[in-house]
Amino acid sequence: MWLIDSSIGRKLVMSITGTFLVLFLLFHSCMNIVVIISPDGYNTICEFLGANWYAIVGTTMLAAGFVIHILYALYLTYQNMRARGNERYAVTSNQKSVDWSSQNMLVLGAIVLGFLGLHMFNFWYKMQFAELSGIETGQFHPADGAAYVKDLFSNWAYCAIYIVWLSALWFHLTHGVWSALQSLGLNNKTWLPRVKMIANVISTIVILMFMSIPLYYLFGCGSCC
Amino acid sequence: MAKKEESTTVETTKIDAKIPAGPLAEKWSNYKAHQKLVNPSNKRRLDIIVVGTGLAGASAAASMAEMGFNVLNFCIQDSPRRAHSIAAQGGINAAKNYQNDGDSVYRLFYDTIKGGDYRAREANVYRLAEVSNGIIDQCVAQGVPFAREYGGLLDNRSFGGAQVSRTFYAKGQTGQQLLLGAYSALSRQVGKGAVKLYSRYEMLDVVVIDGRARGIIARNLVSGKIERFFAHAVVVGSGGYGNAFFLSTNAMTSNASAAIQMYKKGAYFANPAYAQIHPTCIPVHGEFQSKLTLMSESLRNDGRIWTPKSKEDAEAIRTGKKKATDLSEDERDYYLERRYPAFGNLVPRDVASRAAKERCDAGYGVGNTGLAVYLDFSAAIKRLGEDVVRARYGNLFQMYEKIVDENPYNTPMMIYPAIHYTMGGVWVDYELQTSVKGLFCIGEANFSDHGANRLGASALMQGLADGYFVLPYTIQNYLADQIQVPRMSTELPEFVQAEKDVNDKIKKLLSIQGKKSVDSLHRELGLIMWDFVGMGRNKAGLEIALEKIKEVRKEFWSNVFIPGKDADMNSELEKALRVADFIEIGELMARDALQREESCGGHFREEYQTPEGEALRNDEEFSFASCWKFMGEGNEPVLLKEALDYEFIHRQQRNYKA
Amino acid sequence: MDKSINVTLKVWRQAGPKVKGKFETYKLDNVSTDSSFLEMMDVLNEQLINERKEPIAFDHDCREGICGMCSMYINGHPHGPDGEITTCQLHMRVFKNNETITIEPWRSAAFPVIKDLMVNRGAYDKIIQAGGFVNVNTGGVPDGNAIAIGKDIADEAMDAASCIGCGACAAACKNGSAMLFVAAKVSQLALLPQGKVEGAARAKAMVAKMDELGFGNCTNTGACEAECPKNVSISHIARLNREFLCAKFQD
Repeated sequence: MWLIDSSIGRKLVMSITGTFLVLFLLFHSCMNIVVIISPDGYNTICEFLGANWYAIVGTTMLAAGFVIHILYALYLTYQNMRARGNERYAVTSNQKSVDWSSQNMLVLGAIVLGFLGLHMFNFWYKMQFAELSGIETGQFHPADGAAYVKDLFSNWAYCAIYIVWLSALWFHLTHGVWSALQSLGLNNKTWLPRVKMIANVISTIVILMFMSIPLYYLFGCGSCC
Repeated sequence: MAKKEESTTVETTKIDAKIPAGPLAEKWSNYKAHQKLVNPSNKRRLDIIVVGTGLAGASAAASMAEMGFNVLNFCIQDSPRRAHSIAAQGGINAAKNYQNDGDSVYRLFYDTIKGGDYRAREANVYRLAEVSNGIIDQCVAQGVPFAREYGGLLDNRSFGGAQVSRTFYAKGQTGQQLLLGAYSALSRQVGKGAVKLYSRYEMLDVVVIDGRARGIIARNLVSGKIERFFAHAVVVGSGGYGNAFFLSTNAMTSNASAAIQMYKKGAYFANPAYAQIHPTCIPVHGEFQSKLTLMSESLRNDGRIWTPKSKEDAEAIRTGKKKATDLSEDERDYYLERRYPAFGNLVPRDVASRAAKERCDAGYGVGNTGLAVYLDFSAAIKRLGEDVVRARYGNLFQMYEKIVDENPYNTPMMIYPAIHYTMGGVWVDYELQTSVKGLFCIGEANFSDHGANRLGASALMQGLADGYFVLPYTIQNYLADQIQVPRMSTELPEFVQAEKDVNDKIKKLLSIQGKKSVDSLHRELGLIMWDFVGMGRNKAGLEIALEKIKEVRKEFWSNVFIPGKDADMNSELEKALRVADFIEIGELMARDALQREESCGGHFREEYQTPEGEALRNDEEFSFASCWKFMGEGNEPVLLKEALDYEFIHRQQRNYKA
Repeated sequence: MDKSINVTLKVWRQAGPKVKGKFETYKLDNVSTDSSFLEMMDVLNEQLINERKEPIAFDHDCREGICGMCSMYINGHPHGPDGEITTCQLHMRVFKNNETITIEPWRSAAFPVIKDLMVNRGAYDKIIQAGGFVNVNTGGVPDGNAIAIGKDIADEAMDAASCIGCGACAAACKNGSAMLFVAAKVSQLALLPQGKVEGAARAKAMVAKMDELGFGNCTNTGACEAECPKNVSISHIARLNREFLCAKFQD
């Protein structure tokens, strides 16, 4: 199976799952931003994406995307370490044109994954999971997402954690988005700088949308409206 | 045979170059129409060894494997792609007449003969011009990215010594692209199993059985193991011997050893004195220097060569008191434009080189050594703009700046002649077969097509002509008789003896354990060669050279130090084996130069020049190719003469003035 | 102009492919700043030979930046700390007086060390043998001008074709990937009409061989392009990806 055996096939899987996850993030961030505009509207979306078959299918697909992306990342890294040989360079140096993030995608990915666990506990466990299982997991109604958001981000420590997490995600995305396009072959000499710019713009928009929420609540705006 | 130091023994045996009969333009077609061929089922049973993977070697190996022969190909570097053909910059000639400037096969032939100062064989050169067009088509089909015009057709440029634009090029890396084309064709055959490739192997001897070449002895450069290889025919395309000068534009592994072993096994060595000194190299700048870097001759298309008009200015520049840019137009002497108004800066290489030497010897040289002249692009930059100049020569300018640390866009480049190409080489007949049956020699390693001087962009042409279009035909004329010959065992006494000879030589070298490094002795040889067998030669100097080379040989064989073992990778041992042969070729060059009492092309005897200082040929007495026959270690070689009969063109004194 | 510096050299010495290697330190005084790096190595070797020690084995040949033979990893950079050059074009003027220079061989599983700083790059030849050519025999080809090729396309093919096969891309890549090398050849031939005919088969064959030989996966870090002495662009890698994926989807 060339999607496993061939290096470009593996990269194709990485880029397709990656792109899928980026699209999810775009959707997720657009959804989140609603909480600032209208907590009620946000709750409507939460309710809509509760224990419905389409939400469950979506979540499963999303989880599968994550799992494949992670498994391939581990496999690629293992192969790449082997390809490097047994001896390591005694002196290494960085080239100006090489992005730091591109050399550290696995580390960034691990950070993102670690915080993801926390995030799932903070929200998904108390919302969709509670609804699905019927177990009472949080202090608010499972569909009252806005309450959970407000509650969590009134804690400055959580805000800080989420900001760190999102920064790591930003680094991961800046390389990930353009790299996905490059792996799909959607690039040439003229478009190389443009594709990199597009990647930076997309990742920055996504991350800013996400970040605006903890910042909004941290600076107390949430309580005044 | 009487032996006296100065006189050369001349044998009068007639040398038969096997030139086909008939009018010049029909010789090659006639040959092909009547030659013997080998049928496909027999081709599989015939083995051919090809030594070398440059333009000639790689193209020959690939073409013969495509035909169905079983080819063994030997490469001294780690990959065939690194052969020194890769370093050729300027271009490759062909008589396509795409530019509609009146070019034709005849004109290319004529220019090449004239450029070679009427010391090449008419029939060979005509064939070369004839097949030149096929080379371009072949390379395009292989995916060689030649430069193109906006309309999508192939672009041409003019090159030194020609009045038409017939040079095809791929940026400043034509040799690289042509070699990679040949390398890809070779790789295709290696992938198919039709060529067995031996990389990091060096040929150390030819095995001759019953008067026919039947194999080689080669050293595995990684393990140090000496190995024997059989084949029905042996083809050598091992390049030239310019590294006898130590400092040359050749690569570090370029060597004369294969040629010298062929010579010692009975192949004549022809015209060793004809070495080309390339006018546009980066000048020598220090004792530590290991090689000289060539700047493409194409630079002369737009660059103007000059030295200061007054010795005082030259002196001031040498001591750093003045800069080139301080001198006004009237303080500059554009000596090539002055001496050769018709060709100006585009005179052939030998003429340009000697003119530079003349200026420097007269005290007008620049640079801290005084051994350099200026190549100035300021006029071209003014006329064309910096962008156009950058597009044409950017990679060369960058290379110059990396080496010299000066920006040639702002200040003139400094150049000086350096040894670059050797027109002489192993003697071959029209079929590219040496005087040993079954032993063929192609590319720069043979002597065939350039006469006494080679025009720019014709070395690539010759290498590929030999490999793609000539040898694959002519070798069949020989092999057709060999189809009954079974593959021989490499346990035959001739193989055993040849291997023993090689081993003995290596043991002897390792046992000397003297005080001098191989490089230091090579450097000594190089200095002698440059001083006495270089651009200007004379009788007294050549006699001194012969004496001094003898001393170097004695010193080498009694005082060289080679660390390490034989059965291991040992780069010092490799170099020592090569230097031993450079000493031989150096002596042969001096001997040939002494014998040839005329000036022609790259061979300039100071005693024989016109009042204006141009080369003065002597067609009465020296219209021959000198072929040296080895007479055993310690004996002097014998000179045989292959008469060069000019049937089809009239010889003239070369004139690039008007 | 004539300046000289003193340097300390930390050089990787390894007697053979299976032997454990280690760094040796050498001091070299009065190195002319006009000399090239390899000339400095010659001087060091001459010094070692005079001390009756074995000289350092390193690959080098044309010494003018085109054959691709030289291969040293100097102070953390393939071909040393200067742009768009091979080791032979690196000059001592880029180093400071009393600087310590660390010299290592290419390190990649597919390029095993032969001795000291010399590695076996036969893997690159094998990749070309798998498909880095146009399937034409000698003779019987159309006229060179039979097919017009746009200047910009010919120029881009030339940029790709300028690869010298030195191995710096795989040596620089943290993943030991040979994608830039493979891409350069695939891209050159895919751009030209002569090579386009069998573009799909070529891309598949060369990538399969590259994977088989143990090179790593490209993660688009761009280190290869940054260290490439001939400045081959990673946009050629995108073309390789495109060629390969199209070929696979056509199957």
